Amino acid sequence: MSALGNIIKKELRELLTPATILPIVFIALIFGSIGSSMEGITEELHEKPVLGFINEDNNALSTIVTSILENESEVIFNSSDIADKQYGLEQVKQQDGLALIIITQNFSKDILNDTRGSLEVYWMMKGAGLFDTISSEVVEGLISMINREISKVLIEDNATVNASIALWPTSRTDTTYFKDREIGLSPGAISGMLSSQSMLIPIVIMMIIIMAGSMVISSMALEKENKTLETLLTLPVKRTSIVTGKIAASAFIGLIFAVVYMFGMNQYFQGFQMSEELNLADFDLALTSSDFLLIGISLFITLIAALALCMLLGTMAKNYKSAQTLTFPVTMLAMIPMFVTMFTDFDTLPLALKSLIFAIPFSHPMIAPRALIFNDYVLVIGGIIYVLIFAIVTILIVVWVFKTDRLLTGSTRKKWKFGLTRRR
Amino acid sequence: MVAVDVKNLVKHFGSTEAVKDISFTVNKGEIFGLIGPNGAGKTTALRIVSTLLQITSGSVNILGFDVKKKPEEIRKFISYLPEDAGAYKNLTGRAYLRFIANFFEKQSQEIVSLGIEIADLGDRIDDKVDTYSKGMKRRLLVGRALMTKPKLAILDEPTSGLDVVNAQEIRKIIKNTARDGAAVLLSSHNMLEVEYLCDRIALIAEGKIIEEGTPKALLDKYDANNIEEVFVQVVA
Repeated sequence: MSALGNIIKKELRELLTPATILPIVFIALIFGSIGSSMEGITEELHEKPVLGFINEDNNALSTIVTSILENESEVIFNSSDIADKQYGLEQVKQQDGLALIIITQNFSKDILNDTRGSLEVYWMMKGAGLFDTISSEVVEGLISMINREISKVLIEDNATVNASIALWPTSRTDTTYFKDREIGLSPGAISGMLSSQSMLIPIVIMMIIIMAGSMVISSMALEKENKTLETLLTLPVKRTSIVTGKIAASAFIGLIFAVVYMFGMNQYFQGFQMSEELNLADFDLALTSSDFLLIGISLFITLIAALALCMLLGTMAKNYKSAQTLTFPVTMLAMIPMFVTMFTDFDTLPLALKSLIFAIPFSHPMIAPRALIFNDYVLVIGGIIYVLIFAIVTILIVVWVFKTDRLLTGSTRKKWKFGLTRRR
Repeated sequence: MVAVDVKNLVKHFGSTEAVKDISFTVNKGEIFGLIGPNGAGKTTALRIVSTLLQITSGSVNILGFDVKKKPEEIRKFISYLPEDAGAYKNLTGRAYLRFIANFFEKQSQEIVSLGIEIADLGDRIDDKVDTYSKGMKRRLLVGRALMTKPKLAILDEPTSGLDVVNAQEIRKIIKNTARDGAAVLLSSHNMLEVEYLCDRIALIAEGKIIEEGTPKALLDKYDANNIEEVFVQVVA
């Protein structure tokens, strides 16, 4: 083999380690799963939305509305009597419909008298994730189509209406039913308002867990690589103090990260928000100080659980390089709930996925803010208790590992045999 | 008085028997050396005495405390210097000694002062460990190991990586430590060092102690000029 070939072979052997391959595979899997999700959403966009309507007007222009709705959606309820509204809402809700649209009295007359015809849309919102509101976009599209078609008719008939009315002849009032609450906004607006919780908190938590976690794993790996661990373990200090000390120091730095990231990301997201942004408190969607306390507790305990898990992984690290590979499972466990909470709503997930997300301890501070807005204290407090138990059990396992030979000799017989043979 | 009493010590790593039924004692004020080739089981034995590894069978008693039952008590009066030990690279030599001293109940300032004296690094004691040569690091670590005036010092290759002058200095310090009443258990590849330092030695090969005695007694028994010759004869 030539010298060049020899060097290339050696470099490839050093570079193609699990530490480099696994993240690439993982990223490919993440993109693959995002692609699959997007495919599902595209299909949803092509499906006819399930709607109900009440036409109180029954004149020429409102007929355009109903014909569009009948052609472009799956109508599960229709009536011309406003008294049926409650029944219609129940029907839409029961049949997993998206909205009940009410074409108000005098809809046609108002338009022809230079006033926008009023449509009342009652939305059934299932989740506040980015993907959850995609289906409502289809209905938004239908309403645009309604406006276009009425515009066309007005222009073709040379109706003597104001140009702005001719171009956009309807007005709309939105009422959304979401988690047993009636909110005077469209699902898109609600989702937008909750975007800081949907995006900011999961990203920040994911970053803190990965950063602080890799610090703990690296710290353990460096203790082994720099041969300081053996000395530390023969000093008059309890194993629990070593474990707690390492976790506490990393948790402190993790919390500093949290504050810095939270501030930075908040500024970043504010940059995208309009100045006339709707106020969450006006719609009873704001978090109270006790909610923030619960989120803080959830975040802190999750951080401790993450660090304990990382410490456990760190005990398996042989050196700094192997520590990089060991951060992979933690990264994966932090990224899965991050993507899930960013794009969907915990409540709308299938049971199996819901159980998986609940089982991942890092999910809980990510799902807590939205759950608290809708007063789901059982989920949040249950999550805190679960993560606390997870953290305690993991710390106990770490302390046990510290008391065994595993920490110094590794776990497998094969490795020891190899070491022994090599030393001889 | 017996400081270390090792009886029928066996250590398995899976199916591999690293230490096979060894017994020895170390008295107070005595330097006891374990000598043998790589992989003979010296480091494993020292790690067990240092409370780092668990015992498969047998017993190790240090100044009346059982290693299995009272490891935390034992750690208060022993000091272990691993063969390839390191120090925290981002700390200065002084900060490292202070970090270690803070684990002991005694006057930590006195401990640090003694550590600085043993390490004898001059002004470099305030430089980061990362900038130290191998020999300087070893001196710092020997200082760290002996500054607490341990009742039992367990030293794995104490002069490893040191030049002749520094090695001789460290040997004197070890002798003085024993003279002050501490028991010293050490291992070494350097047979001449062992012959010079140790009051008694045990030759260990493949996990077994194959010979034990004072250097003089062994030299006489095997009619050898030095311990190296004794070792070759015994192993052969």
